[in-house]
Amino acid sequence: MKLADTIQFASGSLRGSPTRTLLMMLAMSIGVAAVVVLTALGEGARRYVIDQFSSLGTNLVIVLPGRTETAGVGPGLMSGQTPRDITLDDAEALLRSRAIKRIAPLTVGSATISRGALNREVVVAGSSSDMLGIRHMSIAVGSFLPPGDLHDSASVCVLGNAIKRELFGNGQAVGQSVRIGDRRFRVIGVLASQGESMGMRTDDLVIIPVATAHQLFNTTSLFRVLIEAKNRDAIATAVSEAEKIMVQRHSGERDVTVITQDAVLQTFDRILTALTMAVGGIAAISLAVAGVLIMNVMLIAVAQRIKEIGLLKALGAPGKQIRHLFFAEAVLLSGVGSVAGLVLGYVGSFIIGKVYPMLPVSPPWWAVLAATLTALGTGVLFSVWPARRAAKLDPVAALAGK
Amino acid sequence: MIELQNVCRTFTVGDQQVAALRDIDLRLDAGEYISIMGPSGSGKSTMLNMLGLLDRPTTGTYLLDGGKVSDLNDEQQARVRREKVGFVFQSFHLVPRLTAAQNVELPMILAGIPAEERKARVQVLMKNYGLTDRADHKPDQLSGGQRQRVAIARATVMNPTVLLADEPTGNLDRNTGWEVLRLLEGLLEQGITLVVVTHDAEIGARAHRCIHMLDGRILSDESLQNDPK
Repeated sequence: MKLADTIQFASGSLRGSPTRTLLMMLAMSIGVAAVVVLTALGEGARRYVIDQFSSLGTNLVIVLPGRTETAGVGPGLMSGQTPRDITLDDAEALLRSRAIKRIAPLTVGSATISRGALNREVVVAGSSSDMLGIRHMSIAVGSFLPPGDLHDSASVCVLGNAIKRELFGNGQAVGQSVRIGDRRFRVIGVLASQGESMGMRTDDLVIIPVATAHQLFNTTSLFRVLIEAKNRDAIATAVSEAEKIMVQRHSGERDVTVITQDAVLQTFDRILTALTMAVGGIAAISLAVAGVLIMNVMLIAVAQRIKEIGLLKALGAPGKQIRHLFFAEAVLLSGVGSVAGLVLGYVGSFIIGKVYPMLPVSPPWWAVLAATLTALGTGVLFSVWPARRAAKLDPVAALAGK
Repeated sequence: MIELQNVCRTFTVGDQQVAALRDIDLRLDAGEYISIMGPSGSGKSTMLNMLGLLDRPTTGTYLLDGGKVSDLNDEQQARVRREKVGFVFQSFHLVPRLTAAQNVELPMILAGIPAEERKARVQVLMKNYGLTDRADHKPDQLSGGQRQRVAIARATVMNPTVLLADEPTGNLDRNTGWEVLRLLEGLLEQGITLVVVTHDAEIGARAHRCIHMLDGRILSDESLQNDPK
């Protein structure tokens, strides 16, 4: 018997009992759709978190003052010392490392910004020109802080988008002056609206040169130093060299903490991937249930078509061919069922994506592949027994309907 | 062509052994027209199934063209049924979801014959049996006589050497029954071996050789005068 004829005959017998066929396909497709939608959600959550981290900057290493111990009391407390501050010179010294591409010092404080009668409290960040590139920010109008000596305390500022709108409305801001604290600043640029990234709204931020910020807040210490490593492979070197340089400059004391965004990112990535797989696995159980259903219905089909099987044997079909016919039915059922399930799953994912626009919902390819293969696999696996049973029927008894 | 030597067939019903065939010795030659008669339960249907390789002897030997059938595996036996044997049943046994033409086509599908050739052969047969305008009808839209004609077309589409008919007229009225019988007898001209199981004495008497069975044994095996040879 030719393959095409086998498939045609099998699909003919499936069409012969349309309700049963439809119900079985429905069970199969719900299973596949469940896997697709749930893994799409998990993958969406994973990508959301990763995107959030990536928007902080790539190959990012952060130096913060103070040593974070996992247990016990910090050495600073034991000796009665507070950790030493990180200074601008410390930050500049970091550039000696070949693994470090660029740095941006960061000082944060709050101050009142005013223009004429309008004033409000804002977060003021003191930084340098490299901040723009490291933090993946972009400028809407004008320019960012000018490059040059970090110790230059120019009275210029870059406004977040929301601040600009509150102070200037739709009018021109660049070139105008504002008052921050007790100093007058010239506005040289406005940040493009970026929305929220990891809880920090750049829209409500005012950025001024780091030396100016030190004067404004009357301090010499830095809140953070943001470091961009040369590339992904250089991150580990950048961390150890940054630590080494800081220890050197702080007379042999390890009083800074160096963290990488990568480490945090990988942890989240692992957790969320595991979660996605777990959820997908749970959904796959419904596929196994669909498989059992297929077996059940196949057994009924063997009983109902017992005379037909007897006839096929009388007409010269060997047991192998009968088995193939039932196999073909199972494969067709689960094949069409899983295609319908994929369509259903993708439509479902699309709708979820519309409802939660911030989630980048898209089913991962491995889940789609696994769902389809599991569907086909269970379909075939659970048809083995019914098919064998049909093939082994005694033709005389089968023809008599016994 | 076919030879049964000392063939027995016993069934186990509950914890009892029931012998359907006992010590059967029979020889069938090509082109013979044989009727098998006997009361129900005499083993005539079992005999027919045995001849058609649907059933296997419990003991004894079945020789087909000199070779032992018990030496053939399932696939080879199926091949023999496909290529050498045609069955016609009392209750037609047409596949209800297939049309008349598709039912006739079925053995050729199983044999793996290409679609164009199948179509051509079906067309010829449907025309020969006067079923052309019924080709696309499902079995439940056909009369009994038409159904049996479709069944005969299906049984002969592979040009078998033996045609085994189990009460082919049993479910038909008298006139249609005769029609069907004449159709079967017409196949003799093509050299087919025709075996008809019946308990209608009038039909049984038309054969060239009549075998009477009782309790699984051959009671009598007589040549009749109908043989044209």
